[in-house]
Amino acid sequence: MSSDTAGLQARAKLKGALASLGPRFVWTAGETLVRAGLFLAAAFAVIMAIAIALSLLGPTVSFFGEISFFEFFGGIVWSPDIPIDGSLRFGVLPLMVGTLMIAGASSAIGLPLGFGAAIYLREYAPGRVREVVKPVLEILAGIPTVVLGFFALLVVSPFLQSSFGASFFSGANAIVVIGIMIIPIVSSLSEDALTAVPTDLRDGALALGATRFEATTRVVVPAGLSGIGASFLLAFSRAVGETMIVLIVAGQHIRLHFDIFDQMTTMSGFIAKRATGDVPSGTVVYDALFAVGFTLFVMTLLLNLASDRLRSRFREVYE
Amino acid sequence: MRLKSLRLREAKEYTFVAVFLVSIVAALGTLAILLGSVVSTALPYLRPEVVLNYASAINPLEAGYAAAIVGTVWLVALPLLFSIPLGIAAGVYLEEYAPRNRLTRLFEAGVANLAGVPSVVFGLLGLALFVRLLRLGPSVLAGALTLTILVFPYVVITTQEAVRAVPQSLREGALALGATKWQAIRRQVLPAGAPGLLTAVILAASRAMGETAPLIVIGATFFQTFLPGDVLDPFAPLPVQIYGYIGLPRQDFLDLPPRNGILDPGEVLLPNGGWPGVAAAGIVILLVILFAFNLVAIIARNRLQRRRW
Repeated sequence: MSSDTAGLQARAKLKGALASLGPRFVWTAGETLVRAGLFLAAAFAVIMAIAIALSLLGPTVSFFGEISFFEFFGGIVWSPDIPIDGSLRFGVLPLMVGTLMIAGASSAIGLPLGFGAAIYLREYAPGRVREVVKPVLEILAGIPTVVLGFFALLVVSPFLQSSFGASFFSGANAIVVIGIMIIPIVSSLSEDALTAVPTDLRDGALALGATRFEATTRVVVPAGLSGIGASFLLAFSRAVGETMIVLIVAGQHIRLHFDIFDQMTTMSGFIAKRATGDVPSGTVVYDALFAVGFTLFVMTLLLNLASDRLRSRFREVYE
Repeated sequence: MRLKSLRLREAKEYTFVAVFLVSIVAALGTLAILLGSVVSTALPYLRPEVVLNYASAINPLEAGYAAAIVGTVWLVALPLLFSIPLGIAAGVYLEEYAPRNRLTRLFEAGVANLAGVPSVVFGLLGLALFVRLLRLGPSVLAGALTLTILVFPYVVITTQEAVRAVPQSLREGALALGATKWQAIRRQVLPAGAPGLLTAVILAASRAMGETAPLIVIGATFFQTFLPGDVLDPFAPLPVQIYGYIGLPRQDFLDLPPRNGILDPGEVLLPNGGWPGVAAAGIVILLVILFAFNLVAIIARNRLQRRRW
């Protein structure tokens, strides 16, 4: 009881003291404090982006202390654990080629399909169809990639083996499933870009006698081109960074070749395969993981920056 | 311009509409095949044991996901606890307070680019920073912090959209009645934007629930046989354990080897090749939790959304 009254008295005292400073002071002090807190939270993203760059950069620098820049980007043999002719090999080209081939080919499947879906949903689909299809595409977008990888192993791999003579693990497995994975990304972002094109432009084209297809391809798509391009770049960047699908179905052999029906590994696939938490720090392999990660980080960063640039720089503003 | 016949133009129209329709059907068909094949593979293994038992790399019929389910609860709850307040604060600052200057543009670029970093790279960050530098080891806390950074940009972006959608008149009304800026935000803007903020929670939880690669990189355990009860315990959330089962060689019979195509008396024929069935059962558990969470959140959001301006 007495401690309660003491607490109340103390609180009243504090209130009195604050009040004597005037209500404006209390308000502005509180406001400044809140603002400072929110500012720090907003700075968190930049701090973390820098933290990522630094944490990758440290081991990467020590990696290039041992392995020359030229050997890393020019070497065609990647063998970080088993010495070949007496030395470990750190030529990143097999991983780089695997990454670009898988990302490129899956984009060749996923970008047109996603874009077609966006055009259909925005320009043609009746309201009822939209209401059903959009949530289903969102479900597809929300499926964890480990599930897509399992699907690739269960359904896609047997199909590709029987019809194309692919090996059990193959780059083609990953290509098909990553292609499917990026469909909802492209369709949702491209549709946003098409929606941003004012209806007046469509109506104008239709009034001049264009068919809906002509209005779409000659007026609406060119008007939304920057947003569509941005969505393509973003989807490609997602394909470059995709890990689980590659890890599960693309195989483990790291060898420079161009046969998608054979085993292939990407940069992200190698990282997830080799880094399992118990790689000892300070070894060349540990540093190599970060060097590959840093290369991947820079590649996707450039793609994302280009996508951002495209979206904001060439955006036509309609009023 | 040379005029083509209308019939030709219409034929072109129908052809392309058919092509567009094919794109939609491809996406929807894949989803249907995916769900169908996963569920049919999982069916023989969808028994109470698969939820109640610990993981096993020896006998598919006794393998389960008990530790994985608890691990997933940890690795969704903690990242939400950290990233939601932080992300909402950052989103509110960027929308309501930030002056239009270089620093603000840097902050926004930071958010956008963090969202585009491949998830496996977050794993390397977690490995270097939390597991090694802060000596947390491959623990629940290290995983949760890694996922916090991973979902943070999504929370910020969704918050910004939610706050932006709140009409200016609400703020002006509050300010006109003598509220301070923060009072107006806390009492008017945030409650009005609640449905959008809930979307941020759904998005963050869904991402955290499905992430696999970064957790493998920081050293998640496969086949854990005790429940993680502490933030410094090792962990194996559902997707990681599913990957663990996928990685096991397909095993059609129990008690291998000698077989020669003939069943020995002690051998049990396993449905769906053993491990693929167990992996599929785990996927069903994961998807059920994921969909249930989304459904509850969407219903809650629709309730909140009743108010219209």
